[in-house]
Amino acid sequence: MPRTAVRPRRGGGIRRGEARSGWLFIAPSVIITAVFLVIPIALAFWVSLSDWNGFQSPLNPRVNFVGLENYAAITVDEGLDRRNFGISVRNNLYYVLLVVPLQTIISLLLAVQVNRAALRGKGFFRTAFYFPSVTSTVAIVIVFQFLFTASGAVNAVIGAFGIDGPDWFNDSTGLVHGALSAFGVSGPPPALAEPGFLGISAWEWLAGPSVAMTSLIMLAIFTTSGTFMLLFLAALQSIGAEIDEATLMDGAGPVRKFFSVTVPMLRPTLFTVLTLGLIGSWQVFDQIYVLGGASAGGTISTPAFLAYRSSFVDLEWGQGAAIAFILFLFIIVLTVLQRWLLRERGPKKRKNASSKTADLAASATAFTVDGGLR
Amino acid sequence: MRTSQWSAAALAAGLVVTLAACSSGGESGDGDVQTGQELTMLIGSSGDAETTAVQAAADAWAAETGNTVEVIAANDLVQQLGQGFSGNNPPDIFYMPWDQFQTYAAQGFIEPYADELANAGDFLPALAEQFSYDGQFYCAPKDFSTLGLQINLDAWEAAGLTDADIPTDWDQLASVAQKLTTGEQVGLSMGREYARVGVFMNQAGGSLVDGDTVVADSPENAEGLAYLQGLIADGSLKFPQELEAGWGGEAFGLGKAAMVIEGPWINGAMANDFPDRRFISVELPAGPAGPSNFAFSNCWGMPVGSETKDATLDLIEFLTSDEQQLAFAEAFGVIPSTESGSAAYAEQFPENAAFVAGVASATSPVAFQGASAALADFNVQLEQIGSADPSTLLGTLQTNLQAAFDEANG
Repeated sequence: MPRTAVRPRRGGGIRRGEARSGWLFIAPSVIITAVFLVIPIALAFWVSLSDWNGFQSPLNPRVNFVGLENYAAITVDEGLDRRNFGISVRNNLYYVLLVVPLQTIISLLLAVQVNRAALRGKGFFRTAFYFPSVTSTVAIVIVFQFLFTASGAVNAVIGAFGIDGPDWFNDSTGLVHGALSAFGVSGPPPALAEPGFLGISAWEWLAGPSVAMTSLIMLAIFTTSGTFMLLFLAALQSIGAEIDEATLMDGAGPVRKFFSVTVPMLRPTLFTVLTLGLIGSWQVFDQIYVLGGASAGGTISTPAFLAYRSSFVDLEWGQGAAIAFILFLFIIVLTVLQRWLLRERGPKKRKNASSKTADLAASATAFTVDGGLR
Repeated sequence: MRTSQWSAAALAAGLVVTLAACSSGGESGDGDVQTGQELTMLIGSSGDAETTAVQAAADAWAAETGNTVEVIAANDLVQQLGQGFSGNNPPDIFYMPWDQFQTYAAQGFIEPYADELANAGDFLPALAEQFSYDGQFYCAPKDFSTLGLQINLDAWEAAGLTDADIPTDWDQLASVAQKLTTGEQVGLSMGREYARVGVFMNQAGGSLVDGDTVVADSPENAEGLAYLQGLIADGSLKFPQELEAGWGGEAFGLGKAAMVIEGPWINGAMANDFPDRRFISVELPAGPAGPSNFAFSNCWGMPVGSETKDATLDLIEFLTSDEQQLAFAEAFGVIPSTESGSAAYAEQFPENAAFVAGVASATSPVAFQGASAALADFNVQLEQIGSADPSTLLGTLQTNLQAAFDEANG
């Protein structure tokens, strides 16, 4: 700031020493951030490059620097570690591909419904839809376990329609494999059987989410839709009534209004919801941990769970940290990609599209890149 | 202005001090004295009976010696151990599971104290060997268990079977399992894991490691799996997951399986959860290559360089004494790990004689460093045992085990 230079240095002035007090005031949060965020991340990065076995401090002299060995073990070296990692990436990929779009669509529809002026018991529905989000995932998983056992409520209901339900949480059949076997394709054609990326054959990559994973996908959608509904609701309420009227005057029906007015105006919130959903579903852990992680033929294991398992159970802390960093990279790349896909096209629209609440939320989460949407 | 600046500084400093105060802690002066030590013990308990018995024993020792012992029953023993060691704050004494022992010893986590015990020579040789790494006896076996065949007497009698029908070989097992299978119950069940299935592989004459070579894909192992596949095809063997039970004992208690293969821990579980179940435990039937069984044991682990070593050694001597082990045996069904203790046990609990008899043919499941990951993968592969070719399952195991073996020895 040029003004500072002109100001006399001595004799005070009302703003003298402001910088020092400023630093003092932010010191607690800077220290907390450093101690609980920056230093642990740096330490974890060091662990991912070391052969630390989980004994005493990772900085003790017996720990050696091994370069990228841990990363190589899970990405290029043939073996069980790479295979486990590959399988977990596949599982999580299908999870993300299904959870993120479905939870976004469902939460948007729910928000539009509970936002209607003429809805009886609005408060009840809002609370009901939000309820799963405030309940602990662990509790919900356990309830789901009862619902989805082979003789559970879910199978009883679909049994009433004459369908023989699967043993949900223990069924490792991939949905795509299952569908193919209905057409008589039960094994891989030779071209797809060769080990491919991360040691997993193309046939296995194409397996689709297993039945067990599908149950977890339903669970995730059930629990998170409420949270995102709340975000959409906030954004919907900031769309003024005059816009509704204007749309009405222009002769748009409800469907046209939804797609041409509501959704474009929700774009910043949409970005928030997609980003949060993407991050959350790549980090899925609690459900898998409660179910034991290794059940259903390894089809519900995820990188986050594998990072935990390699560290705490197999004492391969370096590999665990390496998995965590690769996961971090995945999330960043995918968020940037998604940001680019959702970018505004054409300068004119830019101004209309900023609804305040949503924009705030979006900027709070859009920490990865600058530029683009503002 | 000045005042407010300084008060701001003071406020900030005060906050920092408060936070720092929160984070420091523990580290009270540890003396060299044997009394007044505060030990923490982390156990992987099979249930209330075990936790109470261990706590009572620890309290008895503590009262006698003037120390205190806090017994913590872990939810997830291996994870909590890993956490303790990485946080540089391991428990003073803990259950060291057999399948993790080699890894922990190889990584230098645990103290090789066993030779310093007054009763070091009393343990069963097979167990002392299980808890030796690199030729050194590391830690005192806490107790041990073998597998037996549990038979639901009501189902047995309902199927018109008598004592003479108790199976002693594979064919007889297959035939009684078939007879016991009804619409409501399956003849035989067991955990779908190496620690059960492996017994059949061994009974067929197989093993996973023979000297310095990994032989997981041997035809004998395949024969063991093929036998189980035959039972599955007959419908007389189902795994607990398929019976909506958490483990074999639960399937047995619920009456969904007429026979299961479990260890002596099933007695406690039945007494707690299914007190009405009438059953006996008999020796496992022998396979084509003779009888074979697994011995499972935990040892009392101590972290390397423990500051409370003297007190802990004293506690371990107390806990592994014959009378204390027999008290544990009574409370939660484990077998004492000493020669004299196990002999006394067989006399005192004739209904569990089958488990003691199992020791004769028992081997320790393979557990070298890194093997547990390969075996965990095998357990996952076993989900396909109903449909897969045994040689495919074993081929994967062979590859993974070989890689782990090379790494552990290379």
